[in-house]
Amino acid sequence: MAEFKKADSMLEWFDQRLGVVNFAKVMMTEYWIPKNINFLWAMGVLLSVLFTFLVVSGIFLLMYYKPDVNMAFDSVNYTIMQEVAYGWLFRHIHAVGASVVFLVIYIHMFTGIYYGSYKKGREMIWISGMLLFVLFSAEGFSGYMLPWGQMSYWAAYVITEIFGGIPVIGDELVVWIRGNFYVSDATLTRFFMLHVLLIPLLIIGAIVLHFYALRFPHVNNEAGEFFDFDEEAEKYKAGDKKGSKVVPFWPVFLSKDFFVLGFFMLFFFYLVFFHYGFAMDAINFDKADGLKTPAHIYPEWYFLWSYEVLRGFFFEIGGISGKDLGLIAFGIANAVFFFMPWLDRSPMVKPANQRPYFKYWFWFMMVDLIVLTVYGKLPPTGANAWVGFASSLTFLTLFAALPFITKAEAKKVGGK
Amino acid sequence: MKEFKILAVIVALVGITYYGIEPYAHHVMHPEVAPADFTFKDLKNVDTSLVGNVENGKVLVEANCIACHSIESVGHPQVMPNADAAASYGVVPPDLSGAGWIYDKNYLANFIYDPVSAMKLQHKFTPESGKAFPMPSYNWMSAQEIMDIVAYLQSVAPTAKSGTESHKKTFEAACGRCHSMAYAGLESTTPIDTIKTYMGATPPDLSQYIKSRGEHYLYSFINDPQVLLPGTAMPRTGLNKKAQEEVIAYMEEIGDRKKAERESLGIWVMIYTLIFAILAYLWKRKIWSEVH
Amino acid sequence: MMDESRRGFIGKAFGAVAAVGGIASLIAMKKTWDPLPSVMSAGFTTVDVSGLEANKLEVVVWRGKPVFVLKYTEDMKPTDGRSVKIGDHYFSVMIGLCTHLGCIPAYRADQHDFKCACHGGEFTDAGINKFGPPPRPLDIPPFKLDGVTLVLGEEGPEYKAMMAAKA
Ligand code: HEM
Ligand code: FES
Repeated sequence: MAEFKKADSMLEWFDQRLGVVNFAKVMMTEYWIPKNINFLWAMGVLLSVLFTFLVVSGIFLLMYYKPDVNMAFDSVNYTIMQEVAYGWLFRHIHAVGASVVFLVIYIHMFTGIYYGSYKKGREMIWISGMLLFVLFSAEGFSGYMLPWGQMSYWAAYVITEIFGGIPVIGDELVVWIRGNFYVSDATLTRFFMLHVLLIPLLIIGAIVLHFYALRFPHVNNEAGEFFDFDEEAEKYKAGDKKGSKVVPFWPVFLSKDFFVLGFFMLFFFYLVFFHYGFAMDAINFDKADGLKTPAHIYPEWYFLWSYEVLRGFFFEIGGISGKDLGLIAFGIANAVFFFMPWLDRSPMVKPANQRPYFKYWFWFMMVDLIVLTVYGKLPPTGANAWVGFASSLTFLTLFAALPFITKAEAKKVGGK
Repeated sequence: MKEFKILAVIVALVGITYYGIEPYAHHVMHPEVAPADFTFKDLKNVDTSLVGNVENGKVLVEANCIACHSIESVGHPQVMPNADAAASYGVVPPDLSGAGWIYDKNYLANFIYDPVSAMKLQHKFTPESGKAFPMPSYNWMSAQEIMDIVAYLQSVAPTAKSGTESHKKTFEAACGRCHSMAYAGLESTTPIDTIKTYMGATPPDLSQYIKSRGEHYLYSFINDPQVLLPGTAMPRTGLNKKAQEEVIAYMEEIGDRKKAERESLGIWVMIYTLIFAILAYLWKRKIWSEVH
Repeated sequence: MMDESRRGFIGKAFGAVAAVGGIASLIAMKKTWDPLPSVMSAGFTTVDVSGLEANKLEVVVWRGKPVFVLKYTEDMKPTDGRSVKIGDHYFSVMIGLCTHLGCIPAYRADQHDFKCACHGGEFTDAGINKFGPPPRPLDIPPFKLDGVTLVLGEEGPEYKAMMAAKA
């Protein structure tokens, strides 16, 4: 251990003990980010802020929420919404935040796909990101159950029922997950545990992993260009700030993120105060009733596309029932994005629009996902069912075709 | 410029998706229904153009109505306690003090003439069902006599006031015999078990109906329940426009107490965030001017 | 390096606005911790003293604490500034928590006094500490007289007079 001198300042005192100066350098002022990026690269910071909003608002909801089938509904809708000072605000922030976080996640994800940011060393960033997506999905689903309204109950019922489709163990698995033969108090309390403890812990872990995974391959840029970060960093430190291709995380990169964050929050708070219906479904203001299914049930908007893939197969094909086909397709839909780095066989890291074949795939996929999302909400009757079938099939086909399309693309551009 | 293009693409994609899953889906799942009719023009048994005679109306009311109904405002007390009344009639008969002002005139006249058809509950009180509505039809009365009763009831009705207290009174008179409003501490005046037997199902607690159904739905539903829920046991209550609006206002005052606070705080937070965003932009410009 | 970015008017202004937002959020959070209005308004307890038996301790709960109401017998002497006259009788009304460390003293009817089991403190029938570690007499809760009803939690003239006499 080095000899301790008497510290001249508070900063020095802490630095002697915690190495804060070096820490700040590594994490902030000498953590290098490419300069050539647009506002889409601010989504990660937006997500971190939204997650913080969710944790803080969640903590305050937790102070008054009661995880008990007889009390949950009123603890949310009366105590929190009408009695607690600013309880309504925390609930609105929490519910709207949980919905908007998925919008930002989707933008973040498709930015990654568009710019090919999951390839050539960035595989772990992508995988840890998908892990976050799955964890947030589980968090959203478990949280939606807590207010114990009609949608809470029936979404919980239907989604847990899905596990019954797993061969052999299905039926017992459903009972195991629910802790009862039906969605009951035991189900509510265990999902409460998942929602406020286990999943948030895993999310925090996954966020750390995600950030760490960024350190070695570095953040991608708008052109997909590879360059020597150390060299560019030296340039920047030597004073050639304009010539260098990188900027430090603090303050340069973050100043841009704060600017994007500012305008995003304007949108977010507009939703929180004036337009929250999309995130707090009207039907959920009816207390859960296990003997009465609402006329229309549908999941939260961010699950609609995969829900539609599940519903899309509604008739038997080749001796396999529609139900089983739907389940298989649903399983694939939920897992397939994990494999993006390997399904895309072209080594090219470029924005999709500069890739001769991939660009069609990308925009086709976007359109298909929007169709799935919209039809996932509409009642699956008549022509709607067929649109659902066609778009589900398209979804699967697009993924099946991706390796071939990208392989052909690689050949065409000569393996560049 | 390029960033604006990207933003435009995102806004377009999100906008289309939003349109599909919100306004469009809502429109598909909840088609528009006929607008509320506060004249109840399907009811034509009584000629409501006749001018009623208050004096005669008073005599008729005292002879025919107060055996079952109280009219507290003019000193006719309740005939028996709520629980007993509920046990004998199935539901507590309404106090008629406010009847002259909460009910539409045409509705009220036709209700006296034939309650079941005014309420649109013919599907419930069929001869086969063996059920009969506790109040008899006064179809043996002349239209003039019925209009006299209406005139009398209108003359004793308190003149309408506004504010939560009066909204509450209207709610209690119009809905409170069957529905509870737990978040306001109101329990239906007919005991829950009795009303369940009488209606065939427990009328729901209305505390959160302003949120679960929304003002738009309630506006049509209260005016004529059969339009949105064919076959429902809930009667058409015949509220006039003002009374119905008061009922809905009360449901909002109880079900969404923090609305005013939310909206005023919302404005301030938006203003704050705008200042935050502008300063963030200026700061970003300053920082980036060194690297561009 | 950190400071460099904050220097300059815009940087400072932005920092200040962000801080204002943070403080406003903290204020909202503090209010969320406050007791609910329903808790605050439920802080009253009423006791009808007309049916009480003399020399038998009545314990009622007020804001989660035991409150002693003791009706005096003919031969128990009222204590100035502590005994309350309701109708023709005198009463002691006091919070039943020992002023030493908060145990609940027991009433010894034969000796007309209170004994605290925890560390042996003793109080007179009017709650004055007469032995052991308790540093001061039992506290008197705010009360109001309403005929023969005692309303705990509200400050009536009798209570105010007692407090004034003490001060
Ligand atoms: C990390 C991302 C999170 C997501 C996506 C999320 C999502 C949700 C959703 C969708 C609801 C139902 C909203 C409603 O209808 O009100 C909910 C409720 C709730 N959440 Fe979260 N949540 C997250 C984090 C947290 C955390 C970290 C906590 C606490 C430490 C928390 C505590 C609660 C509580 C107590 C409720 C029930 C109250 C209510 O439903 O209004 N949440 N959450
Ligand atoms: S607590 Fe009563 S004597 Fe110590």
